[in-house]
Amino acid sequence: MIVAKGLTKTYGDFTAVAGIDFSVARGEAFGLLGPNGAGKSTTMRMITATLLRSGGDLSILGKDPDKAGPEIRAHLGVVPQADNLDTELKVHENLYIYGRYFGLSRKYLANKIEELLAFAQLEDKRNAKVDQLSGGMKRRLTIARALVNEPEVLLLDEPTTGLDPQARHVLWDRLFRLKEQGVTLVITTHYMDEAEQLCDRLIVMDQGKIMAEGSPASLIQNYSSPEVVEVRFGSDRNAGVATKISHIGDRMDVLPDRILIYAQDGEVALSEIIALGQHPLTSLVRRSSLEDVFLRLTGRTLVD
Amino acid sequence: MTQTQWRGASAIVNTHKIARFGALYAAEYRMRNMLKWWQAILAFGIGNPLIYLTSIGIGVGTLIDHHTHGAGPDGVKYLTFLAPALLATSALQGTMDEVTFPVVHGFDWRKVFFAMHAAGLTGKQIAQGVILSAVTRTVFTVSVYWGILWLFSAFDSARALWLIPIQIYFGACFGAVLMAVSSYMKEDDGWFAIIGRFVIAPMFLFSGTFYSLSTLPLSVRWVGWISPLWHATEVGRYFAYHHPISSLMLAVHVAYMTLLGLAGLYVANRKFALRLAA
Repeated sequence: MIVAKGLTKTYGDFTAVAGIDFSVARGEAFGLLGPNGAGKSTTMRMITATLLRSGGDLSILGKDPDKAGPEIRAHLGVVPQADNLDTELKVHENLYIYGRYFGLSRKYLANKIEELLAFAQLEDKRNAKVDQLSGGMKRRLTIARALVNEPEVLLLDEPTTGLDPQARHVLWDRLFRLKEQGVTLVITTHYMDEAEQLCDRLIVMDQGKIMAEGSPASLIQNYSSPEVVEVRFGSDRNAGVATKISHIGDRMDVLPDRILIYAQDGEVALSEIIALGQHPLTSLVRRSSLEDVFLRLTGRTLVD
Repeated sequence: MTQTQWRGASAIVNTHKIARFGALYAAEYRMRNMLKWWQAILAFGIGNPLIYLTSIGIGVGTLIDHHTHGAGPDGVKYLTFLAPALLATSALQGTMDEVTFPVVHGFDWRKVFFAMHAAGLTGKQIAQGVILSAVTRTVFTVSVYWGILWLFSAFDSARALWLIPIQIYFGACFGAVLMAVSSYMKEDDGWFAIIGRFVIAPMFLFSGTFYSLSTLPLSVRWVGWISPLWHATEVGRYFAYHHPISSLMLAVHVAYMTLLGLAGLYVANRKFALRLAA
């Protein structure tokens, strides 16, 4: 569906995306994971054919966006980072008018709007003004709007940023349903749990480059150990203790507030620490996550 | 989403149709948005002419006609002299309202143009949609204003009906220029207030609206010459009551407004496309 080779975007001297290669296959849920400023949104805008690239090759639905931008866009569904709903129109009018941009008939839209309102769980808000909706509802409406043309690919830029946990889960559920229907999804996020929940395959981006690529499980397998022990000894003691327990586990990261120990078995590692006479204030043994992969790859956390 | 089978955009969307009618889809959005303000548009459309006609047309007019025995500027009664200028003003003003704030709304406040662009409309189509919807409003405003002027007996002959299409056309030309200006605005920044006070207001006062431009000293007469309102008013007066004007000047007025309109459209088309893809 999407093939990028050496995809580059520069603004003057600044390189936002530095020659990246990736491809997205039909029916796949593909993720771009990285911190703010990694170049995810710039990449996203290029693959939604709304931002011209500075270099490299890009094919979307078999076409070059430089030559066939409007045609490509008409077959995509785009959920931008910031909702750009029309606040002067009602909920159902937002869906209707967006459908009209694709030249869809009133008859088609009459049925489609009902479907989309049900999908977005906004049936009882159909006549509400957009400003009366909660953040989660607005986001669902923006997603519903992007589905009005039954897009070949649905591209979502930070779909759940700024939402409370409950609203995020509702949204994930909706996106999961689309995935089950075989809709191709491309998602940018800086939440590793979101990437793990939704993406079959993802690229980890930092400073405009791809740091790693693979399924969430394979990335964790390749770049981290199965389990992680998080121990806190107090911010003034962490560094000192770290030198004494550095031989435990496969690898260690010392953060300002905690020490992370990557191990095959977290419980065993934790008991080894305690056996050395080091008693953490708090301890947590957990499964390794994409956050750990990112930390390993870049030396930084995802959400700073 | 379980009710119907997912068929995919290629089965549903006709890209040739979008390429052909995209500007109309953009205009349809603007019209829908505009109709949310129909009370204000109606009040301005009817209230404005009524206030002007009563105060200046009849009030000042009676005074002038009394002193000139009904043969004021151009040898016609004052209301007849004033009417084409008022109609031209309403056309320019009505179009202006729909190409200034709506453009900032589209690019900046709500970024709705970006949504339209992401859906496959081009910058050019969106710009054309904006001007089309503005002209639609002007059709309404000018027709209503003309009707009220007619009720006030401002016109002597049916020839004055030509004023409706002419002023709508001039309104569109002026609108294209302001749309181009608006497409450069990052946010309002009070620019529209400045344009209103230092461009629109002087234009209204120095364009021969209330008196012939020839009565002004040459040092300020140039304001009228560059003012779209003066050109629109001159042509309007020609059609309303045979205001003496050479064929050459008639052509100059129409050419000036047409050039303004084309330049405005050219700049707006380019700027819309650039801003949406930046």
